[in-house]
Amino acid sequence: MGILDFLRNRREPPAAMAKERLRIIVAQERAHRGGPDYLPLMRNELLAVIRKYVHVDLDAIDIHLERDGEHDVLELSVALPEGKGGE
Amino acid sequence: MTEIIVVTSGKGGVGKTTSSASLATGIAQLGKKVAVIDFDVGLRNLDLIMGCERRVVYDFVNVIHGEASLKQALIKDKRVETLFVLAASQTRDKDALTQEGVERVLDELAKDGFDYVICDSPAGIEKGAHLAMYFADRAVVVVNPEVSSVRDSDRILGLLASKTRRSERGEGGVPGHLLLTRYHPARVEAGEMLSLQDVEELLGIPVVGVIPESDGVLTASNTGVPVILDESSNAGQAYTDTVARLLGEVRPIRFLDAPKKGFLKRVFGG
Ligand SMILES: Nc1ncnc2c1ncn2[C@@H]1O[C@H](COP(=O)(O)OP(=O)(O)O)[C@@H](O)[C@H]1O
Ligand SMILES: [Mg+2]
Repeated sequence: MGILDFLRNRREPPAAMAKERLRIIVAQERAHRGGPDYLPLMRNELLAVIRKYVHVDLDAIDIHLERDGEHDVLELSVALPEGKGGE
Repeated sequence: MTEIIVVTSGKGGVGKTTSSASLATGIAQLGKKVAVIDFDVGLRNLDLIMGCERRVVYDFVNVIHGEASLKQALIKDKRVETLFVLAASQTRDKDALTQEGVERVLDELAKDGFDYVICDSPAGIEKGAHLAMYFADRAVVVVNPEVSSVRDSDRILGLLASKTRRSERGEGGVPGHLLLTRYHPARVEAGEMLSLQDVEELLGIPVVGVIPESDGVLTASNTGVPVILDESSNAGQAYTDTVARLLGEVRPIRFLDAPKKGFLKRVFGG
């Protein structure tokens, strides 16, 4: 995070920060709602495997279960750290 | 027709019992026959807020277990003719409430001609909270303008949509109304607290009321008189508005602006 971001964050009123954080977490929890109970556990295990090879943050991995016609599709996306394919 | 309204939130200490007591009292004041039920088994409190704690002989669990009749357990309010309280049991047995038992009590209230049943939910998402919402026709979701309360409420909205009789029957879940309580207009204006608009946007349900933070609520609980009966308190007036909206009236929301504290205003009134 650059110094500008830092200053900007500091000037942002607490209520605005609360709203932004809630917007993200609520959207994430809604997306996972109704999904099978094993999803969070599976997400953690996958994360552990990925982390053996690349160092990613806990929130860099996103799992979605989506209904595509007849099928349920498990969608997994991992945001890799900038400029680093591996370490 | 009996309408069952659950007052719920997920998070504890946000004002569910305070709201249940005032909404039940306010609806009954309009001449409707109302029962308000405490679902917080093990942590009975509604009786204190309603001021009838010394008249509890039998409770909700006694009725469910057939140890008392519903008639024996319903406590008739001393102030409002058509209002009745069903106290929670102080048992530590978490399985004291059963779905069949709750259904039987609700059916009997319907047969006895009650217009409204208000279910005061315990905190959490466990059995007590589940049973309080399961049979509901509508939900009043009590939220404080604060991150954990908003997040928990969204969780509760998910359960209302999927784990209730209405959802199981394919009737589209239990519709929720937002009741924002402990609102501090001055702190909202200072950017320190989430605003009504913020919470509305985040949760995406219609607003039924905003109750300001008010000293009147403490006085009310100290004296065992629901705050809606205190016409001098902002919170009491805000609950009166909320009751009207719940019953279909359209009213503007009051107490959203911080009182101006200028010198002239203090001297000359305003
Ligand atoms: N509008 C309000 N202003 C000030 N205090 C409030 C207000 N609403 C609730 N409270 C206080 O908050 C506390 C928790 O309220 P309560 O109704 O028992 O919450 P819950 O049933 O959700 O646990 C109580 O001490 C109550 O007096
Ligand atoms: Mg309570």
